[in-house]
Amino acid sequence: MADVKKKATRESYGEALTALAEKYPELVVLDADLAAATKTGIFKKAYPDRFFDCGIAEANMMGVAAGLAASGKIPFASTFAMFAAGRAYEIVRNSIGYPGLNVKIGATHAGISVGEDGATHQCNEDIALMRTIPGMTVIVPADDTEARAAVEAAIQHQGPVYMRFGRLAAPILNDPATYKFELGKGITLRDGKDITIVATGLMVAEAVAAAETLASEGIDARVINIHTIKPLDDELILKAAKETGRIVTVEEHSVIGGLGSAVADCVTAGCPVPVTKIGVNDVFGHSGPAVDLLKEFGLSAENIVATVKRVLGK
Amino acid sequence: MDETIKKQLQKTAVHIRMGVLTGTFHAKSGHPGGSLSIADLLAYLYFAKMHVDPKAPDMDDRDRLVLSKGHTAPALYAALAERGFFDKKELESLRHIGALLQGHPCIHIPGVDMSSGSLGQGISAACGMALAGKLDSKPYHVYTILGDGEIEEGQVWEAAMFAAHYGLDNLTAIVDNNGLQIDGRITEVCSPEPIDEKFRAFGWYVIVLEDAHDFDQIDAAFREAESVTGQPVAIIQKSIKGKGVSFMEDQVGWHGTAPNAEQYEQGMNELRAALAQLEA
Repeated sequence: MADVKKKATRESYGEALTALAEKYPELVVLDADLAAATKTGIFKKAYPDRFFDCGIAEANMMGVAAGLAASGKIPFASTFAMFAAGRAYEIVRNSIGYPGLNVKIGATHAGISVGEDGATHQCNEDIALMRTIPGMTVIVPADDTEARAAVEAAIQHQGPVYMRFGRLAAPILNDPATYKFELGKGITLRDGKDITIVATGLMVAEAVAAAETLASEGIDARVINIHTIKPLDDELILKAAKETGRIVTVEEHSVIGGLGSAVADCVTAGCPVPVTKIGVNDVFGHSGPAVDLLKEFGLSAENIVATVKRVLGK
Repeated sequence: MDETIKKQLQKTAVHIRMGVLTGTFHAKSGHPGGSLSIADLLAYLYFAKMHVDPKAPDMDDRDRLVLSKGHTAPALYAALAERGFFDKKELESLRHIGALLQGHPCIHIPGVDMSSGSLGQGISAACGMALAGKLDSKPYHVYTILGDGEIEEGQVWEAAMFAAHYGLDNLTAIVDNNGLQIDGRITEVCSPEPIDEKFRAFGWYVIVLEDAHDFDQIDAAFREAESVTGQPVAIIQKSIKGKGVSFMEDQVGWHGTAPNAEQYEQGMNELRAALAQLEA
């Protein structure tokens, strides 16, 4: 994929906010001293009067966002996933989720691909935490095109939304000219009958690459991109379960509570088929270059190929 | 303060206290102590200060109140009912299954501006509301009521820093300094004192209200608060937990215990007597 353009979705986030500011005058942006990293700094530069740095105080930032939303604003509260979903969990639950306020949380630096900063900053639990909050929409865009579209979809959706963005540059898979984002609708990127690979975020590109390799070895794998983990596209997942009989999920997140769990919940109730989860296996990460860490933790096309073959007994 | 208005507010405060007892008695749970200590404050805010309309509880330019010490919801509900936001009968089903009135404030209840109850969070939401008001040059004012135990939460000081940094002079925080929290006297549990100096150090204009049950003093404090520009105001009100019901006054045990039938009757009798005296 050397010729594919890449961009980190955090950058797409900062650019999308800026691009949408004129169209949505109620949009305001909050950050917690990480504007340079979350890329809300792009917005800050263009719209300094609509940007509010809360300092290193994520709990208060979420509460301020709640108050802004209760007064008609559309606040985007931005920080690293670790602090948005982790440190501020209870404020997100009680001050945003319970009153059902129209706050958008832009969480960057999610997952193991944070890299060198190590385990304290590698949040592999945020999807699990956020999807337990009633009424919370959880979106994990795969690339630049999807991330930009997701930001606007989040604005148009009335209610709290958690968006997960990455630090690492991700291959741009989707053509902005034809791409259409539908909240809660998965995207079948490749049809197949032998097995279904369900992926989200950074892992979508790996799943596509894996399916290509598998095809060359005579295995016909379907690939589904689930950008909205909650509400999950049950219909698409159940159809895949019925038609392919087996599912492998791939996510840059703990195997506990994330995409894999959501898919397993869905098929258990609707069409029980074996679900094999690829993700971070209940361990903390550690420091290292992102690309090496992804390989080490099995978050790679190679491991998806190997897992699919094992599942199919080939 | 005008004597007629003062007397009316005093009566309203007694009615709010009756509502607190009614709510917690029927709920067989809840927090009467800290509710009774803010009854006069709520009477003043909802009947002499805040621009609100019970017929249009969500109107854009209304003044807002976030009860950051959300466990004292019985007082807020009693005040809102008294002001006409909903029927007073609702107080009798406080905390019941299917009831309008939840154990802690819920934004979907008419007149309640923010869900609260997990301590330390309400003041942040109040900051957000005040900031939104500034952004849109709205005339409204935001009030938030904190417990003196509540300010042990770190988030309160994150919010205090934020409010001062952004010069939110349309925000007034009232700290209900009744000196007691669940585990005992605030000075013995993990002292948040000196409260006034802390807020001052965080960039707030601080007013110490020596007697939170004296309407002349309450009025003077809020009039002083109104004159402040460029910074948020903290009113530290010295109050008596359980105020107005003799056996509950300054008793830590009444933080989160409901009165039984006998205690309810006794408390109501005391409040009826107080009302009769005001009406004499």
